[in-house]
Amino acid sequence: MSGYALVEHRSDVIVVGAGGAGLRATMGLAEAGLDTACITKVFPTRSHTVAAQGGISAALGNMGDDDWRFHFYDTVKGSDWLGDQDAIAYMCREAPAAVIELEHFGLPFSRTEDGRIYQRPFGGMTTNYGKGIAQRTCAAADRTGHAMLHTLYQQCLRHRAKFFIEFFAIDLIMEEGACRGVLALDMATGTLHRFLAQATILATGGYGRAYFSCTSAHTCTGDGSGMALRAGLPLQDMEFVQFHPTGIYGAGCLITEGVRGEGGILRNSAGERFMERYAPNAKDLASRDVVSRAMTIEIREGRGVGPARDHLNLHLEHLGADVIAKRLPGIAETAMIFANVDVTRAPIPVQPTVHYNMGGIPCNVNGEALTRAGGSEAVVPGLMAIGEAACVSVHGANRLGSNSLLDLVVFGRAAAARCAKTLRPGASHPDPRARDVEPLLDRFDRIRHAAGSRPTASLRDEMQRAMQRDAAVFRSGETLTEGCAALARSHDAFRDLRISDRSLVFNTDLVEALELDNLLLQSLATIHSARNRTESRGAHAREDFPARDDANWMRHSLAWVDEAGGVRFDYRPVQLQTMSEDVERIPPQVRAY
Amino acid sequence: MAQFRLPANSRYKESPGRHHAAEPGARRVRQFRVYRWDPDSSAPPRVDCYGIDLDRCGPMVLDALIKIKNEVDSTVTFRRSCREGICGSCAMNIDGVNTLACTQPIAAIEGDVRIFPLPHLPVVKDLVPDLNEFYAQYASVEPWLKTSGTLPGEAERRQAPADQALIDRPSACILCACCSTACPSYWWNSDRFLGPAALLASYRWIVDTRDGAQAERLTQLDESFRLYRCHTIMNCTEACPKDLNPARAIADIKRRLLDRDS
Repeated sequence: MSGYALVEHRSDVIVVGAGGAGLRATMGLAEAGLDTACITKVFPTRSHTVAAQGGISAALGNMGDDDWRFHFYDTVKGSDWLGDQDAIAYMCREAPAAVIELEHFGLPFSRTEDGRIYQRPFGGMTTNYGKGIAQRTCAAADRTGHAMLHTLYQQCLRHRAKFFIEFFAIDLIMEEGACRGVLALDMATGTLHRFLAQATILATGGYGRAYFSCTSAHTCTGDGSGMALRAGLPLQDMEFVQFHPTGIYGAGCLITEGVRGEGGILRNSAGERFMERYAPNAKDLASRDVVSRAMTIEIREGRGVGPARDHLNLHLEHLGADVIAKRLPGIAETAMIFANVDVTRAPIPVQPTVHYNMGGIPCNVNGEALTRAGGSEAVVPGLMAIGEAACVSVHGANRLGSNSLLDLVVFGRAAAARCAKTLRPGASHPDPRARDVEPLLDRFDRIRHAAGSRPTASLRDEMQRAMQRDAAVFRSGETLTEGCAALARSHDAFRDLRISDRSLVFNTDLVEALELDNLLLQSLATIHSARNRTESRGAHAREDFPARDDANWMRHSLAWVDEAGGVRFDYRPVQLQTMSEDVERIPPQVRAY
Repeated sequence: MAQFRLPANSRYKESPGRHHAAEPGARRVRQFRVYRWDPDSSAPPRVDCYGIDLDRCGPMVLDALIKIKNEVDSTVTFRRSCREGICGSCAMNIDGVNTLACTQPIAAIEGDVRIFPLPHLPVVKDLVPDLNEFYAQYASVEPWLKTSGTLPGEAERRQAPADQALIDRPSACILCACCSTACPSYWWNSDRFLGPAALLASYRWIVDTRDGAQAERLTQLDESFRLYRCHTIMNCTEACPKDLNPARAIADIKRRLLDRDS
């Protein structure tokens, strides 16, 4: 026993994370009268939802005919038939109400001439089942995520929600397979806190920082998923990592797909609009996985731009200064700062960059976490997951742009509604047993006093470079096997960790080490899952297995990671029924844009 | 005249800070002088100096800080997240100016790069200031939509593009606190003056055509300290890394109060 004094907190529900999903859940829980503690490692408006640019999808039909069933079709097709059709139907049907709700909360949407919410085209979003181009993505200029995150935080203030800001969640407190709460570190004081609740909702986002180059913030370390793995729970579909076609070359900062939605065009060194060859109909507005692969092939075949011919050009000069100022002001600013480019005169240098994790904690449409026990599926009592941390799965093998912000609010709201329905405010919950908490404290203590030879940054760099090299846009059995070995070495090397900062107050050296442990576990799950899946589907493109294999692989991978870094698999079937009379299922088809 | 002393950690010594030389073979070296203070230690604040080879460092001040933390001294403490100027975490005082480290090019600074926490806030550790009061002031203006009347059912409220334009810039604030902590009035009266960031947040709702609480919001601000400690110094607008104009918003609030009372 490590002798730490724990500060204790009890509430009805704990939400870990204060991005779009966590705040929407927190707000809904506070509104429902459930005592809720939202624990977040950064002040809520610093969460990475703030960086989302292009918009949130919903078939409002403000700018041309639309129907949520078209949105449903696009999302199923975008997922390359790995998405669960019941969950996708739920999300797309709820989308218009979810966006209207945000407007009613005061979100400062851009407007059409007649005062409705402005909507722009986005990749893979069509009308009439692929025949036309939809204008479905609701936007607040090119800072929709910022507008949404601030609006949701404001609503949380309005409902007097309780926040624990700059508290880092260390581990789930599990008892006999049920989640009882979390152990967390108050960064400002260095004290440890035990939060207990009837339900714990993980809204901890993705783990983009497993890679060397990503659009994700430094804080995107998937802490909730790391905690779930340590608690003996599986993660689902971790091999599916989305590369965004347009990260700024070098800096990695995101340039929204909304640029292409507004008419921007990718060109190679010959000045050719190469997407016409790869996606004759959708062209630059094909799905992200399709565009990222096309770009990678162009670069490989020597048609990249720049001295090393290793990136491509994104042109928006032809849109005109007015459209750029009105619709894409943030992009103009970002391109100037990070690429020294005046977008009204010159193209932005871009390359595919890690952006989003389709995989995560498996859960149902109510947000309840799932595992497999004794050969059958089981809900994990007391544990829920929402947002990028979760895998419902509405994104399957590839997420469509602007479906992420939608996912956050739809399932954040659903999780809060589920708690309101199933929990009784103030219901008692007994203390967890000491033996369920002590191992967590021991682990924390080990890392806090780590006195080996490897600083966090050097281990992290090694892991990130291995992921970048071996689990890229295109993978093969060979690269993935090398990657598995490299990640095993990184995982082992974590035992030789060194922390230099021995202080208690705001010890970011310690927090970065705890984050690295989470990243390492998720990287192992990712690279092993990628090696295990011997087909190509969505964002997972195997050079040695270039075709989709529905007979063997139309199923979700579940990966468990043990303490030694070993990875074990099981599977879940894909839900091909919509469980709704309002919409027909979409049987698997060849996916072409 | 009243006698007072500054808090202990606001006095620092340039020496004997620690000096970390650049790696051997470095050709384009810049010195980064970084404020250091650890509350766990009894030592007074100091300024450490780090030599950084700009040929082996990204272009922004945040890149240099991360390089220092990763390669030289992992105890250096600062907040950072998005690294693209939208989350507002890495606000600090660089070369005497409050700004975001992630969008501040090193090349735009002459000589040594001096990095301090945002001024006139309690320091938690190194470059991390305590922003609790700043956040409480933001919450105090009740920065959420207040409506009178009924919602248009399952449709959005209509808002003309020209009306949306009124809130477009004010709503783009990232709560980095560069403006408020650049304001001399805020330095002296941060306990009672709301400061430019909170006033801009209130203004964002005052000019929102969907909001029904304009009069209530104006009345809440109509107080000698809360609003009127603004003396139009305009450091706020000068400091804003997002090119927003809190000074103009505050002037407009004052004008609306004048119009109301005349």
